[in-house]
Amino acid sequence: MTGSDYPTLTASTIAARVKDGDSSPVDVVRASFGRARAVGAGPDGLNAILWSDEDESVREAERLRGQLEQGSKAGRFAGVPIAVKDNYATLGLPTTCGSRILAGYISPFEATCVTRLREDGAIIVAKTNMDEFAMGSSTENSAYGPTRNPIDIRRVPGGSSGGSAAAVAAGIVPIALGSETGGSVRQPASFCGIVGVKPTYGRISRYGLVAFASSLDHVSAFARNVDDSALALEVMAGADQRDSTSADVPVPSYRSQFVSRATAVRPLEGVTVGVPREYFPESLDQGIRTLCDRSIEHFRALGAKVRDVSLPHTDLAIPAYYIIAPAEASSNLARYEGVRYGARVDSVDGLRGMYEATRSLGFGPEVTRRIILGTYVLSAGYYDAYYRRAQAVRSLIARDFAQVFADGVDVLFTPTAPSTAFPIGAITDPYEMYLSDIFTVTANLAGIPAMSIPIGRDAGLPVGGQILAKHFGESVMFRAAYALEESLGEDAHR
Amino acid sequence: MAVTHDDVRHVAELARVGIDETKLDELVRELNGILVHMEVLSKVDVSSVEPTAGSPAATGGTPLRSDSSGPIPLLAPLESFAPSVRDGFIIVPRLATHDDAVDRAP
Repeated sequence: MTGSDYPTLTASTIAARVKDGDSSPVDVVRASFGRARAVGAGPDGLNAILWSDEDESVREAERLRGQLEQGSKAGRFAGVPIAVKDNYATLGLPTTCGSRILAGYISPFEATCVTRLREDGAIIVAKTNMDEFAMGSSTENSAYGPTRNPIDIRRVPGGSSGGSAAAVAAGIVPIALGSETGGSVRQPASFCGIVGVKPTYGRISRYGLVAFASSLDHVSAFARNVDDSALALEVMAGADQRDSTSADVPVPSYRSQFVSRATAVRPLEGVTVGVPREYFPESLDQGIRTLCDRSIEHFRALGAKVRDVSLPHTDLAIPAYYIIAPAEASSNLARYEGVRYGARVDSVDGLRGMYEATRSLGFGPEVTRRIILGTYVLSAGYYDAYYRRAQAVRSLIARDFAQVFADGVDVLFTPTAPSTAFPIGAITDPYEMYLSDIFTVTANLAGIPAMSIPIGRDAGLPVGGQILAKHFGESVMFRAAYALEESLGEDAHR
Repeated sequence: MAVTHDDVRHVAELARVGIDETKLDELVRELNGILVHMEVLSKVDVSSVEPTAGSPAATGGTPLRSDSSGPIPLLAPLESFAPSVRDGFIIVPRLATHDDAVDRAP
C-alpha cells in the first residue's frame, strides 16, 4: 500500500489485499487519513468530515491486523476505511445530524448497518457533514458550514449526504454511508461523479439511523463503482429484530449476477429498459439529455430492449413528498426537547420554556420551516386536505411503477437530477431547492430500489444516470448498472 | 388556503418552536410560496386508491411484532449523554403547573 495508489483503490481490492497479507489494515487507515489531510477534508477545505479520531481508528486497524495474524477469517470489508454520515448512531464518535441541537452527543448504541460493516472488517474512520437532519439538497444547511464539491470547490456536492459524497469523490474512502429520504444519495452521487444506491424500503435495517421521515428513510451508500456499491448492500442487507419494517427476504449475491462484456457479447440480452417520458421534459437541460441518450444507445448495444413508458403521476411527486416528509419530520423531531440527550437551553419559564428555548436555538432555519410546515399539514382542519390527500397521491405514484414493471419492464432509466452541481449560495428559494429532487423522490415514495451512476460530464461537471427497479429487484438493477458502467468506460467521467 | 401570521404563531406554539416576530413575515411568505405548489394535489382524482399508510405496502408495510422484546442495553451510562442527571434520574425544570399548585397551597 502506498499513499499514492490508495485513492484509486476500490473497497474489494483493498479487502483482497488485506486478506492476502499484501496490505496492512494499519497502512490502509493511515493512507485514508493522509489523503484526508492532502485534499483538505476539514472545515477550512472541503468541510466533508465533521468528526474523526485517527488514533482510535489506527488502534482498531491494529486489532484487526492482530486477529488476522492469529488466523481469523478476513471479512468482506477487511481493513476498508468507511465514512459514515453524521445521522448514524456510532459508538465513540459524535452523532450530531449536522445540528446544534445534538452538539457533542455520543450515542450509547450503534446502528445495525454500521455494526454489520464493522463485523465484516470495515474501519469506521469518519462522520461526514450533512444538511441538518438530512433536510436539504446541497449540504448548505449544516450547522457546521457547507461542504464543497471536490470536482469544483465553488459548487455544492449535492445533499443531504454531501459530506459522504465528497469523501468518496476525493478519494478519502472507497465507500461511505449516506441516507435517503428523497434522493439524498443519488443526487450528490450525480453531482460528484460517483455511484450512489438506495435499496428497497426494508432491505436494510434503519435501526440507529436517526429518523427524519420514517416511511421514506433508507440506509444508502456511495462507492466509486457499481461492484463496490453492490458489495455494500450485500453486507448490510437483511432482517433485523430492532427494525420491524426491515424485510425478512433473503439477500442474494448481487455481484454473482453481473454479466461482463468479457464473457458475453450482449450482457443485457433479455432485459427490458423502460424510458419514462415524464423524466425527459422539454425543459430538460440539453447536455443532460444528450448524455442520457448516449446511455440509452449503450443499453441497446448491450442487448437490452428499450421501450418508451409513461409514469403519469410523476409531476405530483414533489408536492406530495413535501407534505409527507415534513409531516413525519415534525413528529420525529419532537423528541429533541433538551430532556434526555443533546443540547439543553435553560429558561425562566420552567419546563415548557426549556423545550421552546432548546428547540428555537437548536434547530436551523430549514428544519424550523419544515417542522412548522409539517405541523400545519397535520393540524385539525388541514389533515385531510393535505396529508391524507398526499398519501393517496403517493399510492398513485407507486401504482404507476407497479404497472410499468408488471408490463414487462425490468429497469427504468432516467436522469438522476435536473441539473449539474450548482454554485454554493445560488439557490435561495426553498421550493426551487426542493425541485432538485424532482427525479429522485418518486423512488422513496414508492419504496423501490434506485441508483445513480456517472454517465459523462456536461461542461466539465458530472452527470448521473438513474436506474430503478421493482421492489427487491436490486439484482437486475445492479446488473444493468454494471453493464452500462463497463460499456461507458472512461466516457462516464469525461 | 393561505397561511396567516396567526396560523404560524399557533402552529409554532404546538411545535414548541419560538418564532422571532421580526422573521414572521418572511416565514409566512415562504410557507405560502411552498403551499401554493401543493394545490395541484386537490385536483387529482384519488377515488381509486387508498392512501399509503406508513411504510409502502408492497414491501410488507409496517408489520406488528409481538410486544415481547426487552429493552436494548445502553453501551454508555446515562451521565454520558443526558444533560442533567442525579441518582440515576434525569433532572428537568419544575413544571409551571406545579408552581401554580404551590402558590395556591394554603
